[in-house]
Amino acid sequence: MSMKASTRQVDGITIVDLSGRITLGEGSVVLRDTIKDLLGKGHKKILLNLGDVSYIDSSGIGELVSAFTSVQRQGGELKLLNLTKKVHDLLQITKLYTVFDVKDDEASAVAAFAH
Amino acid sequence: MSVQLPVSHTMESTLESVNKAEEMADKLAAQAGFDEDARGGISMAVREAMINAVMHGNGYSPEKRVKLSFEQAGSNLVITIRDEGAGLNPDEVPNPLAPENLMKQSGRGIFLMRAFMDDVKFRKLEPGTEITLTKRVPGQ
Repeated sequence: MSMKASTRQVDGITIVDLSGRITLGEGSVVLRDTIKDLLGKGHKKILLNLGDVSYIDSSGIGELVSAFTSVQRQGGELKLLNLTKKVHDLLQITKLYTVFDVKDDEASAVAAFAH
Repeated sequence: MSVQLPVSHTMESTLESVNKAEEMADKLAAQAGFDEDARGGISMAVREAMINAVMHGNGYSPEKRVKLSFEQAGSNLVITIRDEGAGLNPDEVPNPLAPENLMKQSGRGIFLMRAFMDDVKFRKLEPGTEITLTKRVPGQ
Protein backbone atom coordinates (compact mmCIF):
# COMPACT_ATOMS: atom_id res chain seq x y z
CA MET A 1 0.00 0.00 0.00
CA SER A 2 1.50 3.34 -1.02
CA MET A 3 1.43 6.34 1.26
CA LYS A 4 -1.03 9.19 1.00
CA ALA A 5 -0.92 12.58 2.65
CA SER A 6 -3.65 15.18 2.87
CA THR A 7 -3.51 18.45 4.76
CA ARG A 8 -6.12 20.54 6.57
CA GLN A 9 -6.01 23.63 8.76
CA VAL A 10 -7.37 23.75 12.31
CA ASP A 11 -6.89 26.92 14.38
CA GLY A 12 -3.76 27.92 12.49
CA ILE A 13 -2.22 24.46 12.75
CA THR A 14 -1.60 22.33 9.67
CA ILE A 15 -2.70 18.78 10.25
CA VAL A 16 -1.23 16.24 7.84
CA ASP A 17 -3.26 13.04 7.70
CA LEU A 18 -0.91 10.28 6.56
CA SER A 19 -1.96 6.78 5.58
CA GLY A 20 -0.09 3.73 4.37
CA ARG A 21 3.58 2.92 4.83
CA ILE A 22 6.44 5.37 5.36
CA THR A 23 9.23 3.32 3.86
CA LEU A 24 12.25 3.68 1.59
CA GLY A 25 11.04 4.96 -1.75
CA GLU A 26 7.64 6.48 -2.33
CA GLY A 27 6.45 6.75 1.27
CA SER A 28 9.50 8.65 2.47
CA VAL A 29 9.42 10.90 -0.60
CA VAL A 30 5.74 11.79 -0.07
CA LEU A 31 6.47 12.84 3.51
CA ARG A 32 9.59 14.80 2.53
CA ASP A 33 7.77 16.65 -0.28
CA THR A 34 4.77 17.42 1.92
CA ILE A 35 6.93 18.98 4.64
CA LYS A 36 9.00 20.90 2.09
CA ASP A 37 5.85 22.23 0.45
CA LEU A 38 4.30 23.30 3.78
CA LEU A 39 7.47 25.06 4.94
CA GLY A 40 7.72 26.75 1.53
CA LYS A 41 4.24 28.16 2.05
CA GLY A 42 5.12 29.36 5.54
CA HIS A 43 3.17 26.70 7.42
CA LYS A 44 5.46 25.98 10.35
CA LYS A 45 3.08 24.48 12.93
CA ILE A 46 2.59 20.95 11.76
CA LEU A 47 0.78 18.03 13.35
CA LEU A 48 1.47 14.70 11.66
CA ASN A 49 -1.46 12.36 12.13
CA LEU A 50 0.01 8.84 11.92
CA GLY A 51 -3.22 7.04 12.91
CA ASP A 52 -3.46 5.26 9.55
CA VAL A 53 0.26 4.65 9.12
CA SER A 54 0.59 0.90 9.32
CA TYR A 55 4.36 0.59 9.03
CA ILE A 56 7.56 2.61 9.15
CA ASP A 57 11.05 1.33 8.31
CA SER A 58 14.46 2.87 9.10
CA SER A 59 14.14 5.19 6.11
CA GLY A 60 10.73 6.36 7.33
CA ILE A 61 12.12 6.96 10.82
CA GLY A 62 14.90 9.00 9.22
CA GLU A 63 12.32 11.00 7.28
CA LEU A 64 10.37 11.77 10.48
CA VAL A 65 13.59 12.94 12.15
CA SER A 66 14.43 15.04 9.13
CA ALA A 67 10.93 16.58 9.11
CA PHE A 68 11.28 17.41 12.80
CA THR A 69 14.65 19.09 12.41
CA SER A 70 13.64 20.96 9.20
CA VAL A 71 10.58 22.44 10.90
CA GLN A 72 12.57 23.33 14.02
CA ARG A 73 15.30 25.00 11.98
CA GLN A 74 12.69 27.32 10.51
CA GLY A 75 11.42 28.24 13.96
CA GLY A 76 8.35 26.02 13.73
CA GLU A 77 6.94 23.10 15.70
CA LEU A 78 6.18 19.55 14.61
CA LYS A 79 4.18 17.12 16.72
CA LEU A 80 3.01 13.55 16.15
CA LEU A 81 -0.56 12.35 16.66
CA ASN A 82 -2.23 8.93 17.03
CA LEU A 83 0.68 6.49 16.85
CA THR A 84 -0.24 2.88 16.22
CA LYS A 85 1.29 0.36 18.61
CA LYS A 86 3.87 -0.70 16.00
CA VAL A 87 5.03 2.85 15.36
CA HIS A 88 4.98 3.68 19.06
CA ASP A 89 7.17 0.65 19.83
CA LEU A 90 9.56 1.55 17.02
CA LEU A 91 10.02 5.08 18.33
CA GLN A 92 10.53 3.66 21.84
CA ILE A 93 13.31 1.26 20.85
CA THR A 94 15.06 3.90 18.76
CA LYS A 95 14.84 6.31 21.73
CA LEU A 96 12.99 8.86 19.62
CA TYR A 97 9.72 8.70 21.52
CA THR A 98 10.87 11.33 23.99
CA VAL A 99 12.41 13.49 21.27
CA PHE A 100 9.11 13.90 19.43
CA ASP A 101 6.15 15.56 21.08
CA VAL A 102 3.61 12.74 20.78
CA LYS A 103 -0.12 13.33 21.31
CA ASP A 104 -3.12 11.04 21.21
CA ASP A 105 -5.96 13.55 20.99
CA GLU A 106 -6.30 15.98 18.12
CA ALA A 107 -7.96 18.84 19.99
CA SER A 108 -5.41 18.86 22.81
CA ALA A 109 -2.58 18.44 20.30
CA VAL A 110 -3.74 21.54 18.41
CA ALA A 111 -4.07 23.44 21.70
CA ALA A 112 -0.55 22.42 22.70
CA PHE A 113 1.06 24.45 19.90
CA ALA A 114 2.35 27.89 20.81
CA HIS A 115 -0.32 30.36 19.63
CA MET B 1 0.20 -23.17 0.06
CA SER B 2 3.21 -23.82 2.27
CA VAL B 3 6.76 -23.35 1.02
CA GLN B 4 9.27 -26.12 1.55
CA LEU B 5 12.44 -24.89 3.26
CA PRO B 6 15.25 -24.31 2.47
CA VAL B 7 14.39 -21.86 -0.26
CA SER B 8 16.69 -19.48 -2.07
CA HIS B 9 16.11 -16.54 -4.42
CA THR B 10 18.49 -14.51 -6.55
CA MET B 11 17.11 -11.00 -6.83
CA GLU B 12 17.83 -7.76 -8.66
CA SER B 13 19.14 -4.77 -6.74
CA THR B 14 15.84 -2.93 -6.70
CA LEU B 15 13.33 -1.55 -4.24
CA GLU B 16 10.85 -4.08 -5.59
CA SER B 17 13.16 -6.88 -4.36
CA VAL B 18 13.18 -5.29 -0.90
CA ASN B 19 9.38 -5.31 -0.81
CA LYS B 20 9.17 -8.88 -2.16
CA ALA B 21 11.69 -10.14 0.41
CA GLU B 22 9.73 -8.51 3.22
CA GLU B 23 6.52 -10.21 2.05
CA MET B 24 8.30 -13.58 1.74
CA ALA B 25 9.72 -13.22 5.24
CA ASP B 26 6.30 -12.51 6.70
CA LYS B 27 4.77 -15.50 4.94
CA LEU B 28 7.54 -17.92 5.88
CA ALA B 29 7.64 -16.70 9.48
CA ALA B 30 3.88 -17.32 9.73
CA GLN B 31 4.39 -20.77 8.28
CA ALA B 32 7.13 -21.47 10.86
CA GLY B 33 4.70 -20.60 13.66
CA PHE B 34 5.70 -17.08 14.73
CA ASP B 35 2.97 -14.82 16.07
CA GLU B 36 2.05 -11.49 14.47
CA ASP B 37 4.45 -9.42 16.59
CA ALA B 38 7.43 -11.68 15.89
CA ARG B 39 6.55 -11.83 12.21
CA GLY B 40 6.52 -8.04 12.06
CA GLY B 41 9.97 -7.98 13.60
CA ILE B 42 11.37 -10.68 11.33
CA SER B 43 10.01 -9.06 8.17
CA MET B 44 11.37 -5.70 9.28
CA ALA B 45 14.83 -7.20 9.94
CA VAL B 46 14.76 -8.78 6.47
CA ARG B 47 13.62 -5.49 4.93
CA GLU B 48 16.49 -3.63 6.62
CA ALA B 49 19.06 -6.26 5.57
CA MET B 50 17.73 -6.11 2.00
CA ILE B 51 17.91 -2.30 1.98
CA ASN B 52 21.47 -2.65 3.17
CA ALA B 53 22.29 -5.09 0.38
CA VAL B 54 20.42 -3.39 -2.46
CA MET B 55 21.25 0.23 -1.64
CA HIS B 56 24.44 0.37 0.44
CA GLY B 57 26.00 -2.85 -0.86
CA ASN B 58 25.07 -3.13 -4.54
CA GLY B 59 24.22 0.56 -5.01
CA TYR B 60 21.12 -0.40 -7.06
CA SER B 61 23.49 -1.75 -9.74
CA PRO B 62 21.67 -3.67 -12.50
CA GLU B 63 24.81 -5.85 -12.78
CA LYS B 64 24.72 -6.98 -9.16
CA ARG B 65 22.40 -9.43 -7.47
CA VAL B 66 21.21 -10.15 -3.95
CA LYS B 67 20.85 -13.74 -2.81
CA LEU B 68 18.19 -14.34 -0.18
CA SER B 69 17.68 -17.69 1.49
CA PHE B 70 15.47 -19.06 4.23
CA GLU B 71 16.08 -22.29 6.10
CA GLN B 72 15.04 -23.95 9.30
CA ALA B 73 18.15 -25.10 11.16
CA GLY B 74 17.22 -27.07 14.26
CA SER B 75 14.92 -24.85 16.27
CA ASN B 76 15.86 -21.68 14.38
CA LEU B 77 14.61 -19.85 11.33
CA VAL B 78 17.79 -18.71 9.57
CA ILE B 79 17.66 -16.05 6.87
CA THR B 80 20.72 -15.16 4.81
CA ILE B 81 21.15 -12.08 2.61
CA ARG B 82 24.22 -11.77 0.40
CA ASP B 83 25.19 -8.81 -1.72
CA GLU B 84 28.04 -8.19 -4.18
CA GLY B 85 29.06 -4.78 -2.88
CA ALA B 86 32.26 -3.36 -1.47
CA GLY B 87 31.73 -4.93 1.95
CA LEU B 88 30.43 -3.63 5.24
CA ASN B 89 32.08 -3.47 8.62
CA PRO B 90 29.24 -3.28 11.16
CA ASP B 91 31.68 -2.11 13.84
CA GLU B 92 32.19 1.10 11.88
CA VAL B 93 28.49 1.97 11.98
CA PRO B 94 27.93 4.50 14.78
CA ASN B 95 25.53 3.62 17.61
CA PRO B 96 22.21 5.23 16.58
CA LEU B 97 21.13 5.50 20.23
CA ALA B 98 24.10 7.69 21.22
CA PRO B 99 22.90 11.24 21.96
CA GLU B 100 25.04 12.70 19.17
CA ASN B 101 23.50 10.29 16.62
CA LEU B 102 19.89 10.31 17.79
CA MET B 103 18.78 12.95 15.28
CA LYS B 104 20.70 11.57 12.32
CA GLN B 105 18.59 10.68 9.34
CA SER B 106 20.18 7.30 8.69
CA GLY B 107 22.11 4.54 10.44
CA ARG B 108 19.34 2.60 12.22
CA GLY B 109 19.06 -0.45 9.93
CA ILE B 110 21.55 -2.73 11.68
CA PHE B 111 20.23 -1.67 15.08
CA LEU B 112 16.69 -2.67 14.04
CA MET B 113 17.89 -6.05 12.74
CA ARG B 114 19.53 -6.71 16.10
CA ALA B 115 16.47 -5.47 18.00
CA PHE B 116 14.12 -7.92 16.32
CA MET B 117 16.27 -11.03 15.80
CA ASP B 118 17.95 -13.35 18.32
CA ASP B 119 21.22 -13.23 16.42
CA VAL B 120 22.66 -11.15 13.57
CA LYS B 121 25.99 -12.04 11.99
CA PHE B 122 28.02 -10.31 9.30
CA ARG B 123 30.55 -12.05 7.11
CA LYS B 124 32.79 -10.45 4.53
CA LEU B 125 32.67 -12.05 1.10
CA GLU B 126 34.92 -11.51 -1.89
CA PRO B 127 33.17 -9.34 -2.94
CA GLY B 128 30.24 -8.40 -0.76
CA THR B 129 28.65 -8.96 2.60
CA GLU B 130 26.59 -11.79 4.00
CA ILE B 131 24.11 -11.04 6.77
CA THR B 132 22.66 -13.99 8.68
CA LEU B 133 19.53 -13.35 10.71
CA THR B 134 18.45 -15.99 13.22
CA LYS B 135 15.25 -16.29 15.23
CA ARG B 136 14.27 -19.16 17.48
CA VAL B 137 11.01 -20.78 16.40
CA PRO B 138 8.43 -20.64 19.22
CA GLY B 139 7.79 -23.86 21.11
CA GLN B 140 10.93 -25.60 19.84
